[in-house]
Amino acid sequence: MTSLPRRFIGPIRVAVVIAMIGAVEILCRTGVIDPFTMIAPSAMVVALVRILETGQIGPDAAFTLTNTLAAIAVSVVLGFVLGAIVHGLPRLRRVITPLLAAYYAVPTFVFYPVLIVLFGLNRLPLIAIGAALGVVGMMVSTLDGLDRVPRVLLKTATAYRMTPFSVALRIKLPAAAPQLFTGVKLAVTYSIIGTLAGEFILSVAGLGRRLAIAYNDLDNPTMYGLLLLVLTTVVVLNAIVFHCERRVYRRWQRT
Amino acid sequence: MTTVPPFRLPGPRWDALWFAIAVLLVWQGLAAWVGTEGLSSPEVTAARLGNMMAAPDFWMHAAATARAMLWSILYTIVGGLLIGLSLGLWRMAGEIAEPILNSLYAIPKITLYPVILLFFGLGIPAKVAFGVAHGIFPVVLLTISGVRATRPVIVRTARAMRLSPVQTILHVLVPAALPEIFTGLRIGIVLAMFGTLIGELFASERGLGFLLMQGVDRGDVPTIMALAVLLFAVAVATGLVLLAIDRKLRHAG
Repeated sequence: MTSLPRRFIGPIRVAVVIAMIGAVEILCRTGVIDPFTMIAPSAMVVALVRILETGQIGPDAAFTLTNTLAAIAVSVVLGFVLGAIVHGLPRLRRVITPLLAAYYAVPTFVFYPVLIVLFGLNRLPLIAIGAALGVVGMMVSTLDGLDRVPRVLLKTATAYRMTPFSVALRIKLPAAAPQLFTGVKLAVTYSIIGTLAGEFILSVAGLGRRLAIAYNDLDNPTMYGLLLLVLTTVVVLNAIVFHCERRVYRRWQRT
Repeated sequence: MTTVPPFRLPGPRWDALWFAIAVLLVWQGLAAWVGTEGLSSPEVTAARLGNMMAAPDFWMHAAATARAMLWSILYTIVGGLLIGLSLGLWRMAGEIAEPILNSLYAIPKITLYPVILLFFGLGIPAKVAFGVAHGIFPVVLLTISGVRATRPVIVRTARAMRLSPVQTILHVLVPAALPEIFTGLRIGIVLAMFGTLIGELFASERGLGFLLMQGVDRGDVPTIMALAVLLFAVAVATGLVLLAIDRKLRHAG
């Protein structure tokens, strides 16, 4: 029962989000939510601006961002390769599938001490955990995507006597693209989680460390300002991926 | 000319066993290479696990974890289904809400941890809140999708038979949308368990997550690995049970 025309839905959605944020703002300002628990959204923005103005956030933000991007890169590449390999080995796949599903139930970042022993107290354990979290998401999506390659295309490839590499590049990759993009989005999300959690626990450097300090000092404004920064970055990263996805599709619609 | 047939591992039914053996061998090799401070070998881990489970303390923690997880799962299922069914049925609300929910799902909930801790304090409520925050989104999103994918003729038939709304939901809609709803439940339950465990890492003095964090703080690798293996085993078992139910549901239709 869609009683309103399509074009109203977008603006209504925006209005709903604004209304919810506004409600939270009112609850905070009137003291229903006390400032020790959460500060008003407007105060969060003010805190964020203040943090950015001092410019001290630069090195930490760069640290976190480079870790995250590195973790994403490793997740995507490794996840894709592993997914492609497992896809070609059906017996292995059948055994692994329940394990992959259960993978996310274990907090992988408890292995930080192990990784610190291996890599030292620097950014490598952080990247490793971020990648470890993202790899499985990418693997599962790759498997799903490769599953959906229509068989008729593969048969056509055989008829044209295409080399396996050519088949992978020109047929499998485009056919699996939607799921691959989903995998990339998962990799983005999980890489950020892993990197931030690591920085929070290990307090080496980066935004996670700043969050830990602010939280321990009960410095709510700074903490919420930083959270807002992280949130914004996540939204931006996801939007970039979404955009690339749309552009790839648009190019295909035309062919 | 006869060719030697390629080596094939006997029988697909034994695959899990071969895989387990391979994992143990790799684990043993890695532990030997890395050294005892990095990884503990399978025997050491198993011994530690045995010691831990023999201590009565351990079961108190295990019970605390189980309790928190069960509550999380309960709230996730009930809350997720209620919200998902409502948004699936009320098309307009569903269309408005879905992108918002998708974005919230994509946001690393870790950014909400300080907020949840400040709101709920330390203890079981926070743990359950973490679990629900993680698990509820897939349930809601997949329920909406499942309800929406139900063929309209089914709903119209229900109306033709003059079924009440509750009867329609219970006897017509839910069974029709069940495969997708159950997929959502599967993902949601595992994520709820994950969220609860994370909550225990940061927000509690009890539970297996707390023991895990103790191990991390002390750098006690055998304990970390023993608990990780235990938790993983429980997760895999849960996953297998859910998969079995899922398969039965799909065949029944």
